[in-house]
Amino acid sequence: MDWLNAAVQGILLGGLYSLFAVGLSLVFGTMRLTNLAHGDLTILPAYVALMIVNALNFNPFYSIPITMVIMFIVGYLLQRGLLNFVVGKGDVAGVIVTFGISMVLQNALLLGFTANSQGLDAGRVENLSIKINDRLAVGWLPLIIFLMALVVITVLQVYMGRTKMGRAFRAVSDDQEAARLMGINTKHIWAVAMGVSLLIVTIGGVMMGIRTTFDPLLGSQRLIFAFEAVIIGGMGSSWGTLLGGIVLGLGQTLGAQAFGSAWSILVGHMIFVIILAVRPQGFLAKTVTT
Amino acid sequence: MTAAKAATLENKRFTVWVANRTNLAIGIFGLLIVVALALFPTYAGTPLTRRLVDFFTLLALAQFWNLMLGYAGLISVGQQGFIGIGSYTLWLFSDIMHINPFISVIFAAIGGAIIAFPAASLVFKLKGGYLAIGTWVIAEILRLIVANIKRTGGGSGITIQAATKLGTTVRVPGSYWWALASAVIAIAVTYFLLRSRTGLALKAIRDNDLAAESNGVNLWRTKLYTYIIGGAGCAMVGAIVAIHLLRVQPAAAFSINWTGYLIFISVIGGVGTIEGPIIGTIIYFVLRETTSKYGEWYFIVLGILAIIVTVWSPAGIYGYVVRKTNFFLFPLQRKLRMLEGAKE
Repeated sequence: MDWLNAAVQGILLGGLYSLFAVGLSLVFGTMRLTNLAHGDLTILPAYVALMIVNALNFNPFYSIPITMVIMFIVGYLLQRGLLNFVVGKGDVAGVIVTFGISMVLQNALLLGFTANSQGLDAGRVENLSIKINDRLAVGWLPLIIFLMALVVITVLQVYMGRTKMGRAFRAVSDDQEAARLMGINTKHIWAVAMGVSLLIVTIGGVMMGIRTTFDPLLGSQRLIFAFEAVIIGGMGSSWGTLLGGIVLGLGQTLGAQAFGSAWSILVGHMIFVIILAVRPQGFLAKTVTT
Repeated sequence: MTAAKAATLENKRFTVWVANRTNLAIGIFGLLIVVALALFPTYAGTPLTRRLVDFFTLLALAQFWNLMLGYAGLISVGQQGFIGIGSYTLWLFSDIMHINPFISVIFAAIGGAIIAFPAASLVFKLKGGYLAIGTWVIAEILRLIVANIKRTGGGSGITIQAATKLGTTVRVPGSYWWALASAVIAIAVTYFLLRSRTGLALKAIRDNDLAAESNGVNLWRTKLYTYIIGGAGCAMVGAIVAIHLLRVQPAAAFSINWTGYLIFISVIGGVGTIEGPIIGTIIYFVLRETTSKYGEWYFIVLGILAIIVTVWSPAGIYGYVVRKTNFFLFPLQRKLRMLEGAKE
């Protein structure tokens, strides 16, 4: 039963990872930008929510929509003001600039909030769980996060597939020049893509802040988990990303169950390495990128 | 190559040259500087010598990082993995196997090369920016493995007993000479590698990897060699740092801050030149000595400067100098010179 419990927790954890991964994948897909600051940008919204909660005495859940709007604006401005200058100039410039942003962001958060762990207090719901039997219980909060991941991925699929903006995203992704000739403002599209990416990670970032604690140094780990989920699932596929997140989450919780919690993250990494070695295109690869 | 040689032999109309007399003079001058630096511990105090160990180890790391990025187009944010492995390999060889620490440095470099090989075959499956995160994952895996082994002291780290026993009078000059040697090795390896046939392939890859491949350059193998050199070099430096600091801790040895420094140094100085990292390391050192006491602000300044230079002046300081003067301290450009009697 302990194993079943670990498996359930792993699947639910996978939902959270896929929320982080979808944002990373969206940015890479639309503009071939590898955002090394992505992890820190999942931590930032938790601090934004913390400030809102402290200032307005809000329940953290209500702060999520406001934080989403703020993070969308942050993403839009970050892209238009800075990152648009490196899009299309090769991978290296993007990696270096986003690494620089990561350094700045992490240290700014350390300056503002210290390295101490912080938490968002949502009251009773944090400890509520659905008790299936004595040994197996599913927490409401992890379940809500998982369901939110399902909703986000579905909405994103519909948005990309059915709306005018989604078509523009795909057009820019396929052929930047041709899209521009058709009258698409690529600079605006990239900025919206970054905004949407941060809006999505805000959900995961704040929910995670409610579920556990967070500190400014967690960013690099979040980036790596998101990246592993993307690669395991297959680049360019949203459902693949969910699958990748679940595989990674399962690897971590089952690994902890088998070898002890110190090995949990390492087992997750090893599963990523094995999948990269035997199936580098991931499980549900849709696009071939060069 | 053969075509150029044939033309030279038959018509004696042109020749390919790399260095000129000024470079020769600078080369001799450079040798004198290295000799003067090698004698440094005999006339300078320990604090200054220790500071120069920091300087040379960073310079060596920056040169290896620059070799990977500037020539093979490999952007690694995971060299701290090899630095850490080098530190722990030194501990393994000097404290467990009781080999002289200064000799163990060589084993650390070999250890780095051995790990670089499977690591390369994994990360090379990833493209572009995702390759960068892949190198980071490798570094994290190495850190977690080391931190989970009880014998190495786990997360709290371990003291290098063999290095402590050496005593200051041996350890400080010894680690200084190794640090200086590592910087000289890094520069020499980069210079002679780039002057070689592989170097021509590397520069072709840097300029356009698709075109290079279609002209017969084995992209995968050339990148692999570079990655292995980078891994071995960083492990060597990691071992020197371990002797220098006497203590190894996973969090410090495998710290992502190493990559932060290397990116800053190479980008500010100029990626894809040997001179760039030298200038970059000097600037970094001036900044470190003046602002590192401000903690987080110091990292914020490093990050912002790296961003500004990448966006608005991607060639760095040395790139700017070259554009203005076309002068190279370490000449790597092959230039065509028409001989007398040629029509043009």
